[in-house]
Amino acid sequence: MTKGILVDIPKCIGCGSCTVACKLWNQVDFDDRYPSSGKEAVLSDKNWTIIVSCEVIDKESRPAWRFIKQQCLHCQQPACVSACFSKALQKNSDGAVVYYPHLCVGCRYCMVACPFDIPRYEWDKTFPLVTKCQMCSIRISQGEAPVCVMVCPTGAIEFDERDSLLKKAQAKMNKDSNYIRGIYGEKEVGGTGWLYISDIAFDQLGFKTNLGSDSLPIYSHNYLKYIPGIAVIWGMVLTVLYYYSKRKKELLTKNQELEDSSDNKQEKEVIREKSFETSKDKHN
Amino acid sequence: MKNDFLPWRFTITKPRMMLLFLAAVSTAIIVFRLITGFGLVTNLNDNHPWGFWIAFDVLAGVALAGGGYSTALIVHILHQEQYISVARSALLTSLFGYILVMAGLFLDIGQWFNFWRPFVSWGHSSVLFEVFWCLSIYTTIQILEFGEIVTERVGVKFHAWMKKLMPILLIVGVIFPTLHQSSLGGLFLIAVYKLYPLWWSSFIPIFFLLSSFFVGPAMICVESIIAGRAFNHDISTSVLHGLAKISSCAMILYFVLKIYDLSERGILRLMFTGNIEGNIFLIEMIAGIILPVGIVFSKWGITKKGLLSYGLLVSGGVILNRLSIVFIGLSKPGQGSYLPTVWEVLTSLGLVAIGCLAYCFIVENFRIFADKDNKKIYLKNSA
Repeated sequence: MTKGILVDIPKCIGCGSCTVACKLWNQVDFDDRYPSSGKEAVLSDKNWTIIVSCEVIDKESRPAWRFIKQQCLHCQQPACVSACFSKALQKNSDGAVVYYPHLCVGCRYCMVACPFDIPRYEWDKTFPLVTKCQMCSIRISQGEAPVCVMVCPTGAIEFDERDSLLKKAQAKMNKDSNYIRGIYGEKEVGGTGWLYISDIAFDQLGFKTNLGSDSLPIYSHNYLKYIPGIAVIWGMVLTVLYYYSKRKKELLTKNQELEDSSDNKQEKEVIREKSFETSKDKHN
Repeated sequence: MKNDFLPWRFTITKPRMMLLFLAAVSTAIIVFRLITGFGLVTNLNDNHPWGFWIAFDVLAGVALAGGGYSTALIVHILHQEQYISVARSALLTSLFGYILVMAGLFLDIGQWFNFWRPFVSWGHSSVLFEVFWCLSIYTTIQILEFGEIVTERVGVKFHAWMKKLMPILLIVGVIFPTLHQSSLGGLFLIAVYKLYPLWWSSFIPIFFLLSSFFVGPAMICVESIIAGRAFNHDISTSVLHGLAKISSCAMILYFVLKIYDLSERGILRLMFTGNIEGNIFLIEMIAGIILPVGIVFSKWGITKKGLLSYGLLVSGGVILNRLSIVFIGLSKPGQGSYLPTVWEVLTSLGLVAIGCLAYCFIVENFRIFADKDNKKIYLKNSA
């Protein structure tokens, strides 16, 4: 079954424990350029997950802070997986989108394809790799929750079957009218493994709210499915054209030659007649 | 300067010294890049994962090399043999174009020792997978096609064989470029929420295919007028004008389809918002499409100057189109912009220089300009 993770945004206090645990578990260095939590937090090749602080206005129109956890959203139909031409990105049956470095060519098409701009690149290395959250796929396969979920002190992130998380989120929204209606990630680009509920509108928290519910691999598929057919038909058309125009050309040149030779004959006759006439003249 | 030790000729002139110098600089940067990674040489970053090398070397390079398949289609498949005088030089330019594209791709991939991976690990849901295979196969086909010219001088006994193979090579050699030219556009279909809507379109594969077709004759005009001066190979303007007219019809079709697509999606007004995307798009359309079509169908269309400016405008327009898709179209608002470093540009220029030098070498040693005078010179040289 597909696993998922539900983030209850109002419950997050922005402590950043999850970002530290992520680095420790995945053995990723601290980034001296970009912080992994706070207002300036940025995803990077060393920050696989970050907590971004957002200053917002709450329902009672008071200034307030909300803390947004960012990482790979593990799409149900991931654009990056369909874009990878060497299968270096694959989606596990448990829902994690996992990167296999030994298959990676380093073309960075996954970075272009990802609608959430998640994959990062090791720009400073000789043989750079793509980096992103792997949903602690090894832990999941052993029946454990991802490490960020495990260390969260407030229970703002919860790991479970995606379907039951959707039900839980719905129940929370029904119970507490502070939540805005709608689960981010339920439908976006065909649904994501990570789901968010919030009391502040998602667009104010930096979420991309313009994404439709169509899965993105469909766009490539709807193009690629025509390719084999077009190749065969185009090949046949070209072959026919090749022999047709060749034959036409040959016939044309043959006709021309015939005309030329008949022209020659006529000319010769004319000359003969003329010479005959002149000789007659001479005789006279 | 003629080399007397070997049977090959290579004249050294001042412009060629410049090209050699550029090629050397570029080779040095490439070696440095392969050893140190991207950080020191390029301005690429997480917001701009694709830069000058992909936009210029690959996207624009493949389009500009489209002259090979468009002339193969017109001359050899439709047997319009009045254009045969440009066929061989178009094939040559196209072949070098593709070899340079492969070189550009190779230095743009991070795990370059892994470049062969997609041959065995099939990510067939990716448009890039299709592009990769088509590029590889088509480059091989072009090398074989070129074998017909090479065997006129080297390995002569295989020449008859090569001649027999040609129809198959020509037909397959038109199928594959048609597919990957459109697929290069198809790459961006999945970036539906990222590419600026003036460029993103469900028709983008057709736009890439059409533009690669109509830029072919434009490149041939530029190439034969410039190479014509250098090698005293005078191609009649009527041949070039004929090709330019075919290309202009494709351009009109492209323009109409673009306008239809934008108005159908109700975003025609995006062109006139005065932002950088809109302005660049207008330049592309006016200077790259409308103006050159105007030139071809006016009285300047039959002059060398007119044809040269048509050629330069159209190829410039296509290069601008590919560059603006990657530089501006894919930029995210508020995430800074990307401009290539001097090193990135120098590397690409150096690759082009290597292509030009190789072109000169081949033209001096093989019968590329298929006319009688040149045949005489060629026979004298090879004797």
